[in-house]
Amino acid sequence: MRQPQSCGELFRVFTLLALQGFGGVLAVAQHELVERQRWLTRDEFLEMLSVGQVLPGPNVVNISLMIGDRFFGWRGAASALAGMLAAPLVLMLALAMLYGQFADNPRVSGALRGMGAVSAGLVLAMAWKLVGSLEKNPLGLTTCLALGALTAGLVVGLRWPLVWVLAGLGPIAIGLAWWKLRP
Amino acid sequence: MTVPFHTADLLPLFLHFVMLSLLAVGGAITTAPDMHRYLVGEQHWLTDAQFTASVALAQAAPGPNVLFVAVLGYNVAGMAGAFAAMAGIMLPSTTLALWATRWGRSRRETRGVRAFTLGLAPLTLGLLLATGWVLTEPARDSPGAMLLVGLSAVVMARTRLSPMWLVALGAAVGAAGYA
Repeated sequence: MRQPQSCGELFRVFTLLALQGFGGVLAVAQHELVERQRWLTRDEFLEMLSVGQVLPGPNVVNISLMIGDRFFGWRGAASALAGMLAAPLVLMLALAMLYGQFADNPRVSGALRGMGAVSAGLVLAMAWKLVGSLEKNPLGLTTCLALGALTAGLVVGLRWPLVWVLAGLGPIAIGLAWWKLRP
Repeated sequence: MTVPFHTADLLPLFLHFVMLSLLAVGGAITTAPDMHRYLVGEQHWLTDAQFTASVALAQAAPGPNVLFVAVLGYNVAGMAGAFAAMAGIMLPSTTLALWATRWGRSRRETRGVRAFTLGLAPLTLGLLLATGWVLTEPARDSPGAMLLVGLSAVVMARTRLSPMWLVALGAAVGAAGYA
């Protein structure tokens, strides 16, 4: 196992890692942090991922905070977070500006429509993969699918604000899971 | 049609993203339907096409997926909008993550924490479906675009191909006028 020598090194490694992640950084993060830098074992990475998933916010951003915090406290967390976000943000805003200049060009707007359709497909694939893991959920697959359909229906069908949907269904789902998990 | 954005609207924009940050238990993308409801449906700051284009643009650049929030903010109100939206979505969740890390690590296997993650998983599924639905809105009258939706969903679910290639394919098909 190795350790980052400074906050600067944390920033550098997280910047390089974020810039390699097209369509999601998680897989790159695992490769870079576990296999190349060897700051964490595979198990430690998976453990951080499962904690990161409980928390609100993007998983991979939560992981960068935890790793930074582990080596250099809050300064490390800030360095890792800045590394993860700064360079991609600049690149992204430059791209958004460029798009603004050419949005009226039919080829550019066509390309964006095509990419938008692909984005929709990528999200639906994430949903499909999640169905696989719900088979092991103590609520049972049928209840899970019913809760999922209800959530989607309230959000896009009735256009309820997300905060109502989560405040209404969240406690029911968590309560049900709590009951099913009783020893 | 969109409604003009005023500087005074930056605060409500920021606060809406602050709230969504705390609701983003399944990742930032699961709050996209609510961003759509607020930005397109309620405030009319963006059109459907602009909303989906913002999310698509974010796929074309590297980095964490949450950066689509910055592009949405930028398309609503330029640089100030990008920073208001990004600060809103990041501040609460990062503060909470730092505070909760040590607390959560030792209690990961407890019944309460497990009930929380397992209970919310089906809701995350519903929100991903809702996000997929919202993003297909501009594609629904184009057979080519719907074919792209289906193809990328199947390829991503069944293979380990990098999404980068699908995004490039979508751009090429769209630029040729088929999406």
